[in-house]
Amino acid sequence: MMPLLTTKGLSRNFGGLRAVDSVDFTLMPGEIRAVIGPNGAGKTTFVSLVSGRIQPSSGAIVFDGADITGLPAYIRVRQGIAYTFQITSVFANLSAYDNVALPVQRTLSDSRSKGAVKAGVMSALERTGLADRAHMQAGQLSYGHQRLLEVTMGLALKPRLLILDEPTQGLADSEIDNFVELVREIARSATVLLIEHNMPVVMQLADRITVFNAGKILAEGTPEAIRENAAVQEAYLGTAP
Amino acid sequence: MSEASPAKAYALHLGVIALLFALSFLLPEYYHGLLARIMVLAVFAMGYNMLFGYVGLLSLGHAMFFGAGLYGAGLAVIQLGWNVPAAFAVGLGCGAVLALIIGLLALRTTGVAFMIVTMMFAQVFYLLILYFAVWTGGDQGQVVPQPARVLNFGATSLDLTNPTVRYMSALALFSLVLLVTLATVRSRYGRVLVAIRENEERTKMLGYDTFSNKLIAVVVSGAICAASGAAYALLFGYVGSSFASVQYSILPLLWVLLGGAATTLGPLIGTLFMYYVIDVTSGYTSAYLLIVGVALILLVLFFPKGILGTIRQRWLGWLP
Amino acid sequence: MHFGPHLLLAALEGLVTSAVLALTALGLSLVFGVMRVVNVAHGEFFMLGAVLAWAITTAIGGHPALGFLAALVIAPLIVGAIALIAERLVLRRLNYNPEATIVATIGMLYIIQQLALTFYGPEARPVEPPFNYRILLPWFGYSGYKLSIIAASALLLTATWLVLTRTRIGLIMRATQYDSETAQAFGIAVGRVYGGVFALGAMLAAIAAVLIVPISQAHYLMGQDPLLLSFIVVIIGGLGSLRGTVVAAVLIGLSDGIISMFFSPTLAKIIATLLVAMVLVFRPQGLFGTASR
Repeated sequence: MMPLLTTKGLSRNFGGLRAVDSVDFTLMPGEIRAVIGPNGAGKTTFVSLVSGRIQPSSGAIVFDGADITGLPAYIRVRQGIAYTFQITSVFANLSAYDNVALPVQRTLSDSRSKGAVKAGVMSALERTGLADRAHMQAGQLSYGHQRLLEVTMGLALKPRLLILDEPTQGLADSEIDNFVELVREIARSATVLLIEHNMPVVMQLADRITVFNAGKILAEGTPEAIRENAAVQEAYLGTAP
Repeated sequence: MSEASPAKAYALHLGVIALLFALSFLLPEYYHGLLARIMVLAVFAMGYNMLFGYVGLLSLGHAMFFGAGLYGAGLAVIQLGWNVPAAFAVGLGCGAVLALIIGLLALRTTGVAFMIVTMMFAQVFYLLILYFAVWTGGDQGQVVPQPARVLNFGATSLDLTNPTVRYMSALALFSLVLLVTLATVRSRYGRVLVAIRENEERTKMLGYDTFSNKLIAVVVSGAICAASGAAYALLFGYVGSSFASVQYSILPLLWVLLGGAATTLGPLIGTLFMYYVIDVTSGYTSAYLLIVGVALILLVLFFPKGILGTIRQRWLGWLP
Repeated sequence: MHFGPHLLLAALEGLVTSAVLALTALGLSLVFGVMRVVNVAHGEFFMLGAVLAWAITTAIGGHPALGFLAALVIAPLIVGAIALIAERLVLRRLNYNPEATIVATIGMLYIIQQLALTFYGPEARPVEPPFNYRILLPWFGYSGYKLSIIAASALLLTATWLVLTRTRIGLIMRATQYDSETAQAFGIAVGRVYGGVFALGAMLAAIAAVLIVPISQAHYLMGQDPLLLSFIVVIIGGLGSLRGTVVAAVLIGLSDGIISMFFSPTLAKIIATLLVAMVLVFRPQGLFGTASR
């Protein structure tokens, strides 16, 4: 089977710091892949490079067999790479409906009917349980609901690869359980790349785990293998509470 | 905002147009010229609002688009002897092409740099008008001759210098632009523009080419302002460099701020109100710019949402 | 006159322009650098300086030098006070939001200009130079006063540079420029620094105007050209860079004289404005700045 995403020697320098240091990474279609690592390990920089928010200093990114290294972010989104932000960045002054309508109307660009947008928005909002809040201003939603809205917007892009950057950060335990269910459901139709600090969530969800440290991949494997890996324990799990 | 009460919004706008139509029969003669002028300048303000209100791009150079329309139409009549519709089209085209060029350059910058760059390009435009005084008439300006300002439809003709015809022409342009604006901001494209204003980075990550969308907005905005300028030349018969000066870049900003940025009717209200203030105060002082200055400062300090923006926030959430 | 002496004369005239321009642009640059505020009313502070210089010298009378010296001290102080009030009443309340402050300073521009027209009038009025010594060069005589402008400007620029780099006040200003939030956390009264910088910026413009007014004239619209030229200098030199500002001022001042020998003033302005707009579009860090910002 052809990998959905590969990076070859992907690097990014900030001044003298090598935030991402020649990373070779492969992601198979249908996977749920978790990326873990201590703060400053380069996880967010790495997914920012994949999504095109920042340009690499060197290296290549291949998505679905095509080199996308030079493509601007919005074209990568159109090709199926969706990114949900670590810091919630929904459009606070727009309604939840409008927030979701933005990705929906773009994926529908062939059809001109207003009904299609409406149906698409409501089905996406129903999937994440926000349908009854459609006409609230996004900024007025609770924090947990804003995070859900962020994911809804990612989903509405109908991505092939959905990148979730610390989606459970700041959520209550009950909300996290729902979230895990949601990600499992998403994974039926999309490949998921998940940056996550919450280890129980990672262990429940991930098919495979990639561990970053100091801009490089330290280890990669199934949750069990990673749990047993001595180097990982030293670098990351050992220091985590 | 976007899905709720479309009927209400359209009814309100058609009501405003009907009211302006009725005013032509109710108001005394003196106000016809004034109101026609206000409607034409409100079109200028609506064009400005398209960019400033909905996309959040603060230009300090929109006088060049108004000026492109004014001189495009005016010089087509004066120098080339073209008829009214052709001259109007020339004005509109000049504005759109200029906006495309300026947009391609200025949109490489953001924020404060965008403001300064647009101001400088407008200054270049203004100085070019002075430099080519042989054709443009320089700072003296030129009169568009009265006989040329007549629309001919075979046997019948419309004399744009006739006060009623002028009023109705201004109203027609105003109504068209108002309804186009309303339809645009309620459309999918309008939603994208607002998204760019609120968070451009996020909009990109939803798969939108924000540069192209902004460029289209600059061209549409420039074309509307040019339409206003072209109509001004043809209806009021004068083209002058002062209309391209920096002051005419500030005025639409003032009108839009006053009426309410990102409201469809705000530009009309702001223009109307400012003219009213000038009319009232002209009895006491000739210091017109003083009023503009004070109004600008008071607006940004205490009233940044403007008249309609505040009304929408407090009472009428459905206002487009 | 031969080409050599002619060039020397043009260069001297250019240096006088540069000297005044450097001071004016430095004020604009400081305000932008530290406060991130684009002060569109900067040219009006310049104009106020010149108009006040006329008012003060007229009121004092006596020997021209007496009135001029008084103007050199008092006019900048008054302008600085006005700027400080404007900063307190308007800019601070806007929280120094870049776009809102531009709109507000446009408002200030109109207010100051209109008040000057109302109280000072539309006439251009001369101020007598403090001394009339002519330096005789082998080819032509040159105004000693003009040379003293260059000296005074160089002195003031050096003083400003020393204050910025060698004193505690300068350190505080640079800290605020670098990161105002951190500066605040370290106990720097950022609001007071901003007020001081805005007043200082206006005062530099006023001093430049007092220096130039004996060889030009005071007029209520005289602030427009210095504003445009200062913008050009600050953009070419890199926003907020002192060294770049001075280099660019000399460059612009010298070329201004030479360009206007070959082109009409309007065409020169068109070319200069267009070039600077292009610099801002394609090299926003200025010609002398580094790309880091």
